[in-house]
Amino acid sequence: MTTNGGGSRTVSTPESSGSRSDATMTDNAPLGSPRVDDAVIESRGLDVFYGDDQALHGIDMDIPERKVTALIGPSGCGKSTFLRSINRMNDLIDIARVEGDLRFHGKNVYDDDVDPVALRRKIGMVFQKPNPFPKSIRDNVAYGLRVQGKDDGDVDAKVRTALERAALLDEVEDQLDSSGLDLSGGQQQRLCIARAIAPDPEVILMDEPASALDPVATSKIEDLVEELSEEYTVVIVTHNMQQAARISDKTAVFLTGGHLVEFDDTNKIFENPESDRVEDYITGKFG
Amino acid sequence: MSTNNPFADGTDDIERKRQIGRVFVGICFASTLVGIVALVALLADVIYESWGWVTWEFLTYPPSQVVENFLPDGRGAGIYPAIVGSIFLIALTAVFTIFLGVGAAVYLEEYAADSQLKSFIEANIANLAGVPSIVYGLLGLAIFVRGIQLGSSLIAGALTLTLLILPIVIVSTQESLRSVPDSQRQAAYGVGATQWQVIRDVVLPRALPGIMTGTILSLSRAIGETAPILMVGAATSLFVSPDSLTAPFSAMPMMIFEWATLPEPEFQHVAAAGIVVLLTILLLMNAVAILIRNKYDPRS
Ligand SMILES: Nc1ncnc2c1ncn2[C@@H]1O[C@H](COP(=O)(O)OP(=O)(O)O)[C@@H](O)[C@H]1O
Ligand SMILES: [Mg+2]
Repeated sequence: MTTNGGGSRTVSTPESSGSRSDATMTDNAPLGSPRVDDAVIESRGLDVFYGDDQALHGIDMDIPERKVTALIGPSGCGKSTFLRSINRMNDLIDIARVEGDLRFHGKNVYDDDVDPVALRRKIGMVFQKPNPFPKSIRDNVAYGLRVQGKDDGDVDAKVRTALERAALLDEVEDQLDSSGLDLSGGQQQRLCIARAIAPDPEVILMDEPASALDPVATSKIEDLVEELSEEYTVVIVTHNMQQAARISDKTAVFLTGGHLVEFDDTNKIFENPESDRVEDYITGKFG
Repeated sequence: MSTNNPFADGTDDIERKRQIGRVFVGICFASTLVGIVALVALLADVIYESWGWVTWEFLTYPPSQVVENFLPDGRGAGIYPAIVGSIFLIALTAVFTIFLGVGAAVYLEEYAADSQLKSFIEANIANLAGVPSIVYGLLGLAIFVRGIQLGSSLIAGALTLTLLILPIVIVSTQESLRSVPDSQRQAAYGVGATQWQVIRDVVLPRALPGIMTGTILSLSRAIGETAPILMVGAATSLFVSPDSLTAPFSAMPMMIFEWATLPEPEFQHVAAAGIVVLLTILLLMNAVAILIRNKYDPRS
């Protein structure tokens, strides 16, 4: 599913939207290289509206498998909106409306026969503010397993594995039954990451996961993100450009108004962007 | 003005505004005082009237037509059947309201899509909360007592009280549900929970203290209501406690009402004793509500 994924996908889903084809670039295609070989997620002409306001305009980009893709841009440019449209968390916002295609392994997740609950079991999410449940650390991590019916067998082992992967096990090993709310902010966020990865999704979406944390906790999360990308596809929103530069393989730059302006390898974006506006943004001239 | 005071201009103005503020504080304090004094006077009067009349016999004996029986050295008479009646009444009402009230609130708040119909229903529920209790009494009489032939029974009384407090319970439950942070819902949806799982595992546990508080406070209003159960036909002097759902029943407010209307002046003391018992039960229920709220307050 890695090297020839792009080719076979084009063949297998020409009818899925009927409107656009993978091979041709659309009007909305951003600068840079919006196509990747091993895309897990492909956004094609994705528009998102909140009531009458359009928050995203024809977003066109691919998200590669087992890489870290960063979404950067000034606040209000639609990064969170794009992230939420990947696992259909936008469905929870009454006034939100999505048009265009958002494909996961070639299947448009907005097709009628896609169950958003099933989708979210494949695509986990970590939020800006740590949001552990007022339950024990163990029950927090096991929650995804429970709701997905994956809590047969050794739940405890699965909980420990998830905590281990989230680089939290050492710190909480002997207090698994105490409340998740008693942890520090950084630990809570790693707990939320453990909760997201325990049911073993393919993709993890992270919306500014470190923005509420101090620098030490932030750098732990950053290390963790890089490690997670060995097993998972990670999409991370950040408004911190150094962070994007440090941890991501691909970077998408959204600019005000909800446009994806440039998408490319992170090195390319930070060293030699094609768009002058992106360059201005990267060098701190605005935003 | 020998020294240069940078705050010189505008000082008078500040002083005048302060004075207005002080007057306002005075008015607010006086209002508070009126309320407190009235309450204390009321309590003092009831306690004074009932002094010596609230005995163990009063709590454990059925009522009597003869006032001497209520005296400490009498044969023993009291409010027992009405206490049992009120407790059964409230227990049944609690069961009905929790299912109907929480069910309706969860539906309106979590499931029903925003629509004009929903706003219309919600506005009406809010209005129903203000309908006088005697109207619910008439409704109960027409529907439960006569309509479905439950007669003047415990269950007819409980259903009538349920109608009375249902709107309040629905509104307060909706508020508790609304106060559950969205971030908690998102956390559950984010790991692939269905809407039902989110409501069961995250929303209801979190809203429970608020739901309980609202429900208990409503029930403590119901337990003191006289008009609706009067309409439904609760008995005044009943000498036995109800022993089935369809049995006739008495309740504390009815009993107190009966005593207060009797001609012998001593019965005023008996009525006062009944009021003390009723108020004690009310205070206990409210205390439980406050305990629950403090114990499960997510901010603590
Ligand atoms: N729930 C919502 N309801 C209405 N408008 C929203 C909502 N969420 C976001 N928006 C609007 O969509 C635009 C993009 O917001 P967002 O995706 O949160 O941007 P970012 O994450 O880049 O800061 C903003 O103009 C914002 O006001
Ligand atoms: Mg955001």
